[in-house]
This record gives sequence, structure tokens and C-alpha cells, in this order.
Amino acid sequence: MFRTNKMFRLKSWIVALVAISIVAAVACTGCKKSKVDAFPASDSVAGWQKSSETRTFDAKNLWQYIDGDAEQYISAGVVSTSTSDYKYQGQLEAVVDVHTMSGPDGARKILETGQTGDAKAVQLGDAGVAYAQSVIFRKGPYLVRIVAYESTPSTPQALLALAHGVEAKL
Amino acid sequence: MSNRREFLKVAATGAAILGSQSTLGLAVILDQKAQHADAGKSKVVIARDAALHGTSTHPDEKRVLDLLDLAITSYTRRATPMEAWKHIVPAGKVIGLKTNGLGGKGICTHLALVLAIAQRLQQAGVKPGNIVVWDRNARDLEVCGLTINTDPSRVRCFGSDVSGYENEPVAFGSAVNVKLSKILTRECDMVIGLPILKDHELSGVTFAMKNMYGVVQRPFELHANGCNPAVADLNCIPVIREKVRFTIGDAMSSVSQGGPGFHPEHLWYPNALIVGEDRVAVDHTAWQMIERRRAEKGLPTLEGAGRPPRYIATAADATHKLGVNDPSRIHLVEV
Repeated sequence: MFRTNKMFRLKSWIVALVAISIVAAVACTGCKKSKVDAFPASDSVAGWQKSSETRTFDAKNLWQYIDGDAEQYISAGVVSTSTSDYKYQGQLEAVVDVHTMSGPDGARKILETGQTGDAKAVQLGDAGVAYAQSVIFRKGPYLVRIVAYESTPSTPQALLALAHGVEAKL
Repeated sequence: MSNRREFLKVAATGAAILGSQSTLGLAVILDQKAQHADAGKSKVVIARDAALHGTSTHPDEKRVLDLLDLAITSYTRRATPMEAWKHIVPAGKVIGLKTNGLGGKGICTHLALVLAIAQRLQQAGVKPGNIVVWDRNARDLEVCGLTINTDPSRVRCFGSDVSGYENEPVAFGSAVNVKLSKILTRECDMVIGLPILKDHELSGVTFAMKNMYGVVQRPFELHANGCNPAVADLNCIPVIREKVRFTIGDAMSSVSQGGPGFHPEHLWYPNALIVGEDRVAVDHTAWQMIERRRAEKGLPTLEGAGRPPRYIATAADATHKLGVNDPSRIHLVEV
């Protein structure tokens, strides 16, 4: 009887420890998601300067950044969107948007919406496509869109390099 | 930009000797319209310059000025831009130029167009400080390449984040209950809309009428049901209906899919300005331009994509009477 009680207590402790570990792991993942800084610092990707502060919008005020576009992200489960401007070799301007979705499905939905025939598949994150002036990829719950404002011969390669820089930080 | 500003200041001084301007404003144009063969129709001018961009993504400033002159003289049937402008803008009044920078740097009202209009307004006798370039906020203006300025001795440029919004909301119909920008209600006597032509994820097309979402505090509240009837209702609010009397629509570049944000994969260069007083006719014309491009690119019609711009027909109905959407009642001039 005494031995059974001892075993029961031991099992209870093990169950409690496992439960605490799971809760801690989930909480930690949440922290990482909300605090992740996906934006490469200036010169951490060759030729690219971060040219603005990072701005972050949660779902309810996303309209302030992309009014009219916000709805499709909200319906796909966006949690927050962060954005920053970049400049390549002092000339080519681009913007990096990092949408944190509630899960990978939302990121997939946005990526697959609006793709055109000239999209070129690229190896970035879980999936990605590139155009002459933009790169879009998803990695887990993150959907990243990088857009250049001009098309130059060096734009596609420069955007890809920056995209790899962002991917490495996710 | 600063050199251009200096030029505008000089131009403003020069404008003082150009003589007095018309006090008749748009009424003259309306009279003129009534006199020609297409009386009863709403006139819309599409002015194009295929070489506007050359090999650059930025339009050539001189060509933009020439295109503006062509559009305005064609619309008013006046011999010179100065004559035309003097009959468009009322004397001694504050003229607002409502730009659209929502889509960011890649797809916003072109700086060259804003500067060209400001230049012609001053040469037509409008004092620099009586020209207010405005939009929702500083960011929307700065992405167009504009610089914030509230100094009344120069062309002013600021957003509703500076002016604030009226405390009392105004309503029209079932869809609209909004607080309006004080730039519209208190600063401007007349507003010229300078929208940029775009596909729109919700409303199908955004141009003259939809540009008025940028004059209210919480535009996202007007997105239900493809923005219909909200766009039409909003434009029926008296201060909008009465003050926003002319559109010089920027269709120099556009996105035919993925708007209102900038999706360069859908960017194209119509190299055009679409000008008119009848905002419904202007929007109908712009819509057809988007549809033609979508057809060229193998995209479905906006109806097929599930987002036809129904607000255009609503704006023309007996309740709203904002203009005409029947092509047989639109006198389309292409130059």
C-alpha cells in the first residue's frame, strides 16, 4: 500500500513536470514569434542598408498600413505585420513586409493567392516565388514580401540576397 | 525638389501680372459643354503620351506638363492652358489637390503631376499658399515625393494627421457615418481629385470616387459589400459633392491586379490622364481601361473575379445622382 502511494506520487510529479515543460515550450515559442526581428541590419546583407525604422501593425490597425489590402490578410489569420524600407547600393529602394500569421496555412493562402504565370519558384523558406521586382516566400507562420520600386538588371539578384537575409533571421 | 519649389515661388510672383482670373469657375465649362453638339453628355478626356516614361519608371516631367496642358485644353476647349485654368478654378479661393499615396512609393499620385498642376495654378493666378496638397497623413504624401510644408507663403502640403478631423460625424444613406478631414471642411474651397488608377481587392477599381476614402478618419469601416453603396454614399455628403468638383486622374502607371497595394508584377503604364467633372463618368471610363488591360493579360473580368465595381452604378442611380455611367451619355474624347 505504502509502495503504491509512493509510485502514484512519483507518477504525478512526472506528469506535472511534463505538463510544465509543454506549457513552457509553447510560451517560449510564443515569445519568439512576437519578438522575432526579421529585419537584417545595414550591411549584414551585402549592399543593403536598412533605411527606416521598423513599424509594426497588429491585425486591428493593419488598415493604417495597407487599407483595402488588410482584409485578405485578416481573413488568412494575420497576427501582426512589420515593415521596413531598405536601399541597395544607395539607389534601389525596396520595402520588406513580414506578416506573422496564426499558422502556416495562412501564410500559404496568401502566397498562393495572386500568383501569375511569370512567377519563378525560388528556394526560400517553405516555398517562395520571385518576379522581376519582388520576392515572396513563406516560412512557418511567416509570409515575407519584398518589393523593389524599380526594375534594374541587378534588382532580382539583390532582392534574392535580401530575402535570404530575412529568411535566416526567421 | 527644392529647385522646383524655388521655381514655383518665382512663378507665383510672375502670376501676379497675368491679370485677373475668371470668377465663373466651372460654371463656364458647364455652359460651354451645353453649347456644343454633345450637350447633355458628361465629358471625359483621356490624354495619352506613349513616350511619357521612355525607358524609365519615372515619367518625364516636361512631358507630364505637356500632357496636362493637352488634357485641360481639350477638356475646356480653350486655346491655352492659362485660359483653361482660369476657367476651372474660382478666383481668390483655396484649391485643394487630393493625392493618393495609400499604395506606397510604387503606385501613388506622381510627383510630376502634382508639381505641374501647382505650377499651372500659380500661373493662372492662384497664390501659392492657396494651394493645399493633401492626403490622409504625412506618410501618404511623402511616398509621392512631397515634402510637408505648412508655411502659407508657399504651396502647402500636409495631411489630415496635421489638420485633424471634425468631431461631429456626418452621415449619408445606410453605409456612411464618418468624421471628415478639416482640410476638406475648413481649408479648401474647391478640391481637385488626383487619384491614381488601381485595381482594388474589395471594390474592383479605385479612382475618382474611391479616392474620397482618404478624407475620412476610419475608411476601413466603409469596406463592406465591395464598398457598395459606401463609395456612392460618401460622395453624396454635401461637402464632398460640392467641393470636389474636378478630377485629374493619374493613369500614367497603374496596377491591374493585386491593388490597392503595389504589386509590380501587375504594373503597367497607360501613360494617360483621365480628366472630367463627372466623377461617375470618370470612374466608368477608368474601369473600362482596367478591364481592357485585364483582358490583355488573360485575367478574368472584375465581375468574374467576384469584385465588380458596383458602386459606380449606385452612384448614378436616382438616389445618388452623382453622374452618369451610361456610355451613350458620356462624351469621351481621346487625345
